Amino acid sequence: MTLSATHCLMRLYEEQHALEDYQGGVPRWCTGCGDNAILAAVQRLCRDEDLRPEKTVFVSGIGCSSRFPHYMKTYGFHGIHGRALPIAQGVKMARPDLQVFVNTGDGDCCSIGAAHWIHAIRYNMNMTMLLHDNQIYGLTKKQASPTSPIGTKSNTTPRGSYLDALNPLTVTLGVQNASFVAQAVDWIPEVLYEIISAAFHHKGFSFVRIIQRCPEFMPGEFEAWLNDTQRTMLLTHEDGLQPSAAIGRLYRNQLRHDPSDIDRAREIASNLDPVPVGILYRNPEIPCYDELRRAGTQRTPEMVQVGLESEFDKFTVWPEGQQPAA
Amino acid sequence: MNATRAAVVTELARRRSPAAAKEVITLQQHVIEIISDSGEGAQRCGQSVGSIAARMGNGVWTVEIIPAEIQPPARSVAGASGNRIRLGAGPVTNGGDEADLVIAFNEQVLLGRVRDGELKSGCVILLESMWREHRDSTIRAIYAHTVEKLVDDGYRVIEIPMETECLKHVADARKGKNMFALGMLCSIYSLDQDLGREQVAFALKKKSRKVIEANQRLLDAGFAWAEENLDLKYRIPSPKVTEPQIVVNGNTALALGVLASGMEICAMYPITPATSVSHYLSDVFEKVGGLVHQAEDEIAAVTFALGASYAGRCALTVTSGPGYSLKQEALGLAVMAEIPMVVINVQRGGPSTGQPTKAEQGDLLTVCYGSHGDAPKVVMAPSTIEDCFYSVVTARKIAETFNMVVVILSDASLATAQTPFTRPQFTEDWLAPPIDQSPVPKGAKPYDWDNSTGLFRRFVPGQPGGMHTVTGLAHDRSSRVAYDPANNEEGLRHRSLKLAALQKTLTTPPVFGDEEGDLLLIGWGSTRGAIEESVTRMRAEGHRVSSLHLTFLQPMPSGIGEIMRRFKHVMTIENNWSDRLGDALIDENNRRYSALAMMLRSRFLVDIDCWSESRGRPIKPGAICSELRSRLATGGDHA
Repeated sequence: MTLSATHCLMRLYEEQHALEDYQGGVPRWCTGCGDNAILAAVQRLCRDEDLRPEKTVFVSGIGCSSRFPHYMKTYGFHGIHGRALPIAQGVKMARPDLQVFVNTGDGDCCSIGAAHWIHAIRYNMNMTMLLHDNQIYGLTKKQASPTSPIGTKSNTTPRGSYLDALNPLTVTLGVQNASFVAQAVDWIPEVLYEIISAAFHHKGFSFVRIIQRCPEFMPGEFEAWLNDTQRTMLLTHEDGLQPSAAIGRLYRNQLRHDPSDIDRAREIASNLDPVPVGILYRNPEIPCYDELRRAGTQRTPEMVQVGLESEFDKFTVWPEGQQPAA
Repeated sequence: MNATRAAVVTELARRRSPAAAKEVITLQQHVIEIISDSGEGAQRCGQSVGSIAARMGNGVWTVEIIPAEIQPPARSVAGASGNRIRLGAGPVTNGGDEADLVIAFNEQVLLGRVRDGELKSGCVILLESMWREHRDSTIRAIYAHTVEKLVDDGYRVIEIPMETECLKHVADARKGKNMFALGMLCSIYSLDQDLGREQVAFALKKKSRKVIEANQRLLDAGFAWAEENLDLKYRIPSPKVTEPQIVVNGNTALALGVLASGMEICAMYPITPATSVSHYLSDVFEKVGGLVHQAEDEIAAVTFALGASYAGRCALTVTSGPGYSLKQEALGLAVMAEIPMVVINVQRGGPSTGQPTKAEQGDLLTVCYGSHGDAPKVVMAPSTIEDCFYSVVTARKIAETFNMVVVILSDASLATAQTPFTRPQFTEDWLAPPIDQSPVPKGAKPYDWDNSTGLFRRFVPGQPGGMHTVTGLAHDRSSRVAYDPANNEEGLRHRSLKLAALQKTLTTPPVFGDEEGDLLLIGWGSTRGAIEESVTRMRAEGHRVSSLHLTFLQPMPSGIGEIMRRFKHVMTIENNWSDRLGDALIDENNRRYSALAMMLRSRFLVDIDCWSESRGRPIKPGAICSELRSRLATGGDHA
């Protein structure tokens, strides 16, 4: 079938999306909140990938991070605390045709939803998860989170938090079937975009931890990293992050790292300072639970009837002479 | 002396003449139990008796007797595993009263049933006699003592050398004694021996031909032995079966209902006694394009189902009380976001871990009023095995029409009980329509509530122009977060109105018995058969008793108040806790009523009484009758 030139143009127009096609409500995050940078990167990704807004779903839990879907103009599901991942899994399992993103925070993912986090890695379903890690509970007004550095003073730890911070990267890399693990920081937008883009293109469950500033409750927490670019270690590789010349000049502390090397990825993940930024691990060969479970199923009424009748047959007591021949 | 007496009974049995000379006693109904240690196959034997009798056209109700442990110690009182089978000339709707005849593979499991009051006084006990000659003198002594005691208590104990007889045919009697027992029961109840052989082949269809034949030989041996040695010969008349019938337990019926309902995704986490729904579904769901997802926990199960439902394929989760508690926050979200969803709660004894394998109706108030804030949900309770099947089909339709959570409350009584019902006729109406992917009209809002019904057309991902974010936060018609007072009440009003809209479509349930009288019994869920049987018995004794059984608990259909007004007294019969008025501290100021009684009292302002049991087992019709008789004898104060 050939289309007229006008028709082609119309279709092009309909199918090409601009940034504002993805911009929902006006964000109500605090000034300077790192979530704004993540939102900008994601909206740009949607535009660049020309994702159909009606075929894209952002699922979130509860917390500052989880307001994210409200600021997109796609479909969204703002869930309950800690449960974004299983909701997203249900969406993906029911509708493989949808692009699924998950926005979650350090409290949402690493504390109340930690069980789901571990299992989501193992399921390795096709979706992109963005962990907005500001190392504090913001929406409930400053309580220590599992990723708060030891000694963090908060409303529940007025004399400083007692325990060492949980490292989301080492945890993720320790779970069976981890297939994409990356780390980004909100203050290098170009790299943040590149990493989210790589995560989006990965087949399987992509886990991106984004270290994110919370100027309200953790002011100055990352000032030292912002001021000294040597404290950021870019992980570069032809199969990983390939920073632009400009970024390369600014961030000279670089480490060549092959993302297929999980042992090395685990070593790098343990580094807290300098903070590694880039793709730590990627393995597109790991089976995806959604594909394992829904392979080849196309339901029709006939299929249901045939299946159901054959099940009924198993349990049927037939009147004499009515039993159908086997 | 008494031991000798028991032996004499056996001796007499042996000397009986062959079947032809036996007097055949015609019965209208009989309750049989077969019990053994776990793993000795008593359950398979019992189910087989039920299947054979059902094929002959008898009314049948079978109930599993399940110990809490997988492998309880052998010969332990608490380890009784097996089956209760009630056979009837007409339809059988419940497990009946105490057992009339028991086969026991050892005297300890038998004692468990005696102590639980499950045996009719003087009933026939067919007991494995091998323990009398056991090499362990303690076991020999305990056995002899127990038999003596049972005989003293008036039971007719017939000791049977099952082990010895089985060893004539197989090397390991532990595997196959159940088929010997099945053969004896076929003889005693005049069941068709050919059907028996077919049933053995069916029950063992996954085994080799050799195994099947060995078991059929044991069946024949049991039959022959009973014919030659026992003086027991009953016949329960059966009408001819005229239409195909399905024989499954309540959990399998629920699972078949899921297959038929148009739902494609079941997300669950293992919990007794609900899990067998998912076992069966896991086996067959994929054949019809569905899948069972075993989630990492109960919360993940419900939220996974919620995600699937949100995305356009109404899903379900299956659980029992403790799991239901864990899911409640997510159900609140489903209510707030108005996402359809079906939840099956196969209740067990509670609170906490309670009695996982035992029956109770303890979750009614939790499912009606649980979660947090005002969270209206639809609650329905199947009351028969057949209901279990159709309730799932209905639940999915209601869930999707009203964008609501529908909870199906079954319980352990229905879960493992089997009785035949008419084979359902498939219709495409059962299935879900395809997911709506049409563009949303310009200006349409995701929560365009109809002002009088609260209904709205839900937008599903994939529909162009319908993009919005659903949220558990208070929201306006555009699904935008909104905390203003008017908006909050508007949302609450519309979510609540949907229950009323559904309520207007429900029909008044029929009264069982006369439309008016002295006493109306009201029940819900699995107790239906027992309640109605007790009504029939009481009416036969001349009492003006009727009953009403509720399938919809929330919302309740209209007309209940009018029915209650036609009776002098109204009481609920429930399998859950209510304070006993006989307790010194209990009076009308502090008495805690059974769940349904509490709901009815608050709705209808009628002084509704209740009688309940929480003994972890189905209520017996006889127990209801004796309670009613004693109340009538005391002037019906509480009735």
